[in-house]
Amino acid sequence: MFGDYSIGDLGSIFVMQGFAGLILFSVYVLMALGLAIIFGQMGVINMAHGEFMILGAYVTWMTSNAFQHYLPSLFSGYFFLAMLLAFLVSGALGMLVEWVLIRHLYKRPLDTLLATWGLSLILQQTYRSVFGAREVGVELPQWMLGSLKVTDSIEVPINGVFVMGLTVLITVVVSYVLYKSRWGRQVRAVVQNRIMAGAVGINTEKVDRYTFGLGCGIAGVAGSAFTMIGSTGPTSGQLYIVDTFLVVVFGGAASLLGTIASAFSISQTQSTLEFFTSGSMAKVLTLLAVVGILMLRPQGLFALKVRK
Amino acid sequence: MIINSRFFNRSELIGFVALALVLLVILPLSLDVFRLNLVAKYLTYAFVAIGLVLCWGYGGILSLGQGVFFGLGGYCMAMFLKLEASSVENTKIQSTPGIPDFMDWNQITALPLFWQPFHSLTFTVLAIILVPGLFALIIGTAMFKRRVGGTYFAIITQAVAAILTILIVGQQGYTGGINGMTDLRTLKGWDIRPDHAKIVLYFFEVFLLFGCIFIAQFIRLTKLGRILVAMREQEDRVRFSGYSVANFKIFAFCMAAIFAAIGGAMFALNVGFMSPSFVGIVPSIEMVIYTAVGGRMSIFGAVWGALLVNFAKTGLSESFPQLWLFGLGALFIAVVLAFPNGLSGIWADYVQPRIDRLLASRKSKSGAWADNSVADGAPAE
Repeated sequence: MFGDYSIGDLGSIFVMQGFAGLILFSVYVLMALGLAIIFGQMGVINMAHGEFMILGAYVTWMTSNAFQHYLPSLFSGYFFLAMLLAFLVSGALGMLVEWVLIRHLYKRPLDTLLATWGLSLILQQTYRSVFGAREVGVELPQWMLGSLKVTDSIEVPINGVFVMGLTVLITVVVSYVLYKSRWGRQVRAVVQNRIMAGAVGINTEKVDRYTFGLGCGIAGVAGSAFTMIGSTGPTSGQLYIVDTFLVVVFGGAASLLGTIASAFSISQTQSTLEFFTSGSMAKVLTLLAVVGILMLRPQGLFALKVRK
Repeated sequence: MIINSRFFNRSELIGFVALALVLLVILPLSLDVFRLNLVAKYLTYAFVAIGLVLCWGYGGILSLGQGVFFGLGGYCMAMFLKLEASSVENTKIQSTPGIPDFMDWNQITALPLFWQPFHSLTFTVLAIILVPGLFALIIGTAMFKRRVGGTYFAIITQAVAAILTILIVGQQGYTGGINGMTDLRTLKGWDIRPDHAKIVLYFFEVFLLFGCIFIAQFIRLTKLGRILVAMREQEDRVRFSGYSVANFKIFAFCMAAIFAAIGGAMFALNVGFMSPSFVGIVPSIEMVIYTAVGGRMSIFGAVWGALLVNFAKTGLSESFPQLWLFGLGALFIAVVLAFPNGLSGIWADYVQPRIDRLLASRKSKSGAWADNSVADGAPAE
């Protein structure tokens, strides 16, 4: 497997594949952050998470089209507005879904899975009816194209660097919000003991709604980032949902740090293996490794010690 | 708790007779062979749904990987049929005659070792039961002995379904890839494609289905079934009472896997091909939906659920392809929100009391008559 390459080649391969893995890592982290909040904190299995991501991707696509048609001079900056819109639209839809559907199911976590699966089917068909079955691609502004040449054999694409920077920023903001802000304290209080949280005057229903909205909004931003590395179709989100759940479970459901660590290890393993075997075998080996480790350590990499 | 001394109580007997009447008399008489074959295809999912009633409805273990076992059973059967269809005479235009066509296309020149035993029908029938059973045993032991359950188990079984699909699609030379195994022709020299064979296979399948219903009903009525329900409601109390919760869970999961595998094998026989599109995450979740729609606590409900959802699916997707996914999605949401016990719950809540009242008013005229049927409680998750 390694024999045909020289040491220098191998080094470059690992760096390049590692970097390609980092972009995958960014999408995983963004997807998984939202899911870690919804699943890890609220215990809701949101099978429609991929569709919230794709909603963000479609919003980004529409924004980019709008800028191209009406404001071509500002096209280079459209992405920032698109991200904001993606967050708001996905978040708003998330809050609506929580109000209509999820809040009736908090006591039946396995049933949320079925109901949100139904929701994901409806959303997929909506996308297909509205945007068509064909996959759409977003045109990137000029400054994001091209790549930085680090050495002769190592090149780093600029949009990848941008997506990663974005991921780091969002992760920092989310952990700040959850662990330092007053609202984040309320969220964690509701998660730990819903009745007591209500007794001390926290509006638990409102907290639930905003938490779900935040998770879905982050999925929307993930969709924005996703447009840079893949084309968007009605069922693109479904391809990522199992991976994302595994990332969250592997990391230890209630731990943000665990989510990041597991997203990193899974994406890097997959990306590195992809170079040496076929893409599908890389995926199989990665998933097998994750399932195997989960069987040995069901609580995931980083488990919070909570008395139940 | 009184354990019912009769095998079926009155309402179950009505359900059984109704199902037998529909499957054995009404459908074969009223449908043409093409439609009857479609019913046979739907009924293969009923096997999975019955397994899920035991495992999910009674045991409280939601498996999102039943497609794996359905697929394993189906592929075992398909491998046998494919080998028979690729005899040396049939495949003499290939560069290596005597191996399945897709292997030839993928430059494989000899039959792989794990294909060899599938020349024997006895081995195949055993494999249909044992391969998924052992696989479920391994997964179940690994998970339940470590007390992994609930949502985590669901997600991991889902990952297993994803792995198997990718593996089947990726290893095209050994499995037929995304197209699956097509062009299955004969079973021990008996052509499975003409109309009369389809009818024979249909009745064979219905009898197997009733066999599975009897096994499931038997498990439900024994102490084992009671322990499963107890485990679902209060796992810790069952454990503290000295039962090995893990072993009972493993048993329920293995039974569900074996039922699913039988369904898969019948699928390969009735439909004439097997492909990874019946293995993955989406079909696995749909199988859970059949059970949910029919009623997760009702064995007969599961069969009806599999039939009705599939009829609706075929009907809607034939006439309104746009609306089908909307309808299916709305159906899931409605079932989960409004009718957690599915069709059988609606039956038990609205139809059954009327029948009972009707019967009771007659009985009261002809003397006292006690019915000791014990209704199973709704799942209180």
